[in-house]
Amino acid sequence: MTWVTRTALVLGLGFLYAPILVLIAYSFNASSLVTVWGGFSTKWYGALLADAPLMAAAWVSLRVALLASLIATILGTLAALALERHGRFRGRALFTGLIFGPMVMPEVMIGLSLLLMFIGIGVDRGIATLVIAHATFCTGFVAVVVAARLRGLDRGLEEAAADLGAGPLRVFLTITLPLLAPAVLAGALLAFTLSLDDLVIASFVSGPGSTTLPMRLYGQVRLGVNPEINAASTLLVVLVSVFVLLASSLTVRRSRA
Amino acid sequence: MRVKAPGKRLFDRLVRLPPFLWLAAFFLLPFAITLKISLSEPATAIPPYLPVVDWQGGLDGWSSFLEALNLDNYATLATDTLYRDAALGSLGYALAASLILVALGTALGYALAMAPSRWQPLLVALVVVPFWTSFLIRVYAWIAILKPEGLLNLILRRLGLISQPLIILNTDAAVIIGLVYAYLPFMVLPLYAVMNRLDPALREAAADLGASPARVFWTVTLPLSLPGIAAGAGLCFIPMVGEFVIPDLLGGSETLMLGRVLWSEFFSNRDWPLASAVAVLILVIIIGPVVLFRDSLRVGEEGGP
Repeated sequence: MTWVTRTALVLGLGFLYAPILVLIAYSFNASSLVTVWGGFSTKWYGALLADAPLMAAAWVSLRVALLASLIATILGTLAALALERHGRFRGRALFTGLIFGPMVMPEVMIGLSLLLMFIGIGVDRGIATLVIAHATFCTGFVAVVVAARLRGLDRGLEEAAADLGAGPLRVFLTITLPLLAPAVLAGALLAFTLSLDDLVIASFVSGPGSTTLPMRLYGQVRLGVNPEINAASTLLVVLVSVFVLLASSLTVRRSRA
Repeated sequence: MRVKAPGKRLFDRLVRLPPFLWLAAFFLLPFAITLKISLSEPATAIPPYLPVVDWQGGLDGWSSFLEALNLDNYATLATDTLYRDAALGSLGYALAASLILVALGTALGYALAMAPSRWQPLLVALVVVPFWTSFLIRVYAWIAILKPEGLLNLILRRLGLISQPLIILNTDAAVIIGLVYAYLPFMVLPLYAVMNRLDPALREAAADLGASPARVFWTVTLPLSLPGIAAGAGLCFIPMVGEFVIPDLLGGSETLMLGRVLWSEFFSNRDWPLASAVAVLILVIIIGPVVLFRDSLRVGEEGGP
């Protein structure tokens, strides 16, 4: 490694982490003025726990993320099987477009179009519409993670089981799924994280009683920098980092296996 | 090539059916409805647009429904300078940020690929973690840094470099900084994936023949990394065109981007048909890059976390 690449690494990672570190540092600032350091304090974390609307929003987000990631994991795993193991089939191009479309489509468009449909068919907005919307945009991400693992799996194992007389369902349940498990879990964690983080789509499809955590944070962020939001952000950053490290350790073990 | 047993073929169909039906119902159909509503007129009713299909009216109901559809909203988009400026703004911000991202992403991707291989998984994870950290929070963090009494001005003032605070927040510069920051991992990961697979022998051969490290980079590494650059540029440019959070929090009132215009047409003006027409306009703008980058985006998928 030359000094040029070392400098690029330090500057690049510094740029990526500086804002997050600033946020974490200020969340322990006793002063409510952002630029004045008033000593170390955890009082904003206490204020956070006492903030009932924020806690209610966090509870909504958790429930939505759990259900949406469950659905997205099932759909994404099935989609990955189709993309990697089914060869050519009728409608493959459309199928691929449907899986990957929601990943690149701007969120405002997914949110608006889903809302217009929910209103059109007279569905009340709430937890259910949030779960449907989040499962829709997370499925592609799960499919990408699971498909990458499937590409690396030895097809011979599945074929051997089939030759020995196992039906397709039995092959899937006893051979493919156990081998895929780490990638499926990693995909589920990513779907959970994405759902927990979404602001734009949720703003369109949520109802009166179902404000999510990012929506609540956004409402306060628009009013300016606020130490309680710094504390909430820090908790969220720590939570997500734990999830990402879990997910990536699952995929690293994959590449060693 | 073995012939698939009939049971296996049926099983395969059953595997494909759930994701296909779900996405057809919740991704494809909603777009069709959006397209339809973009041809309607706003109304003070529930739902707030006209016409609505008269299901009781049978065929006559349908034909009067079809006759009432029109292109008025697209005429508004074409004539009102607000929408033209928003479209140009979206393209301009996305293009400027993409160019900066190509430069930064190439440097960082190259540095990752050149790092000792036992450090690489950790370094890649370090690039990925902020990418999965709340988007909203990462954008919000920049407000505390860029505002007039924020951290950046504080540091510059302490260093004696400025006497008056720099006005960065709520300007174009802040929007570009936000876009570059938020999308950097999308650019770095595909570039790293490509550069990591390059045969080191090519670089060594060039160096043995007397090329300086800089020359090796420009004539060997960079040309071979173009697929990664294309993938990264596509992964960044396409969603940036419809970006909402960054221009809303970091930009000023004059920062016009289509995502923000769509949002305010929908939430503030309650003009659903016009918001739908803006959504169709965004789709028209990004469909070109999507087709252009379709093949290279697959590189990004493999390089993704």
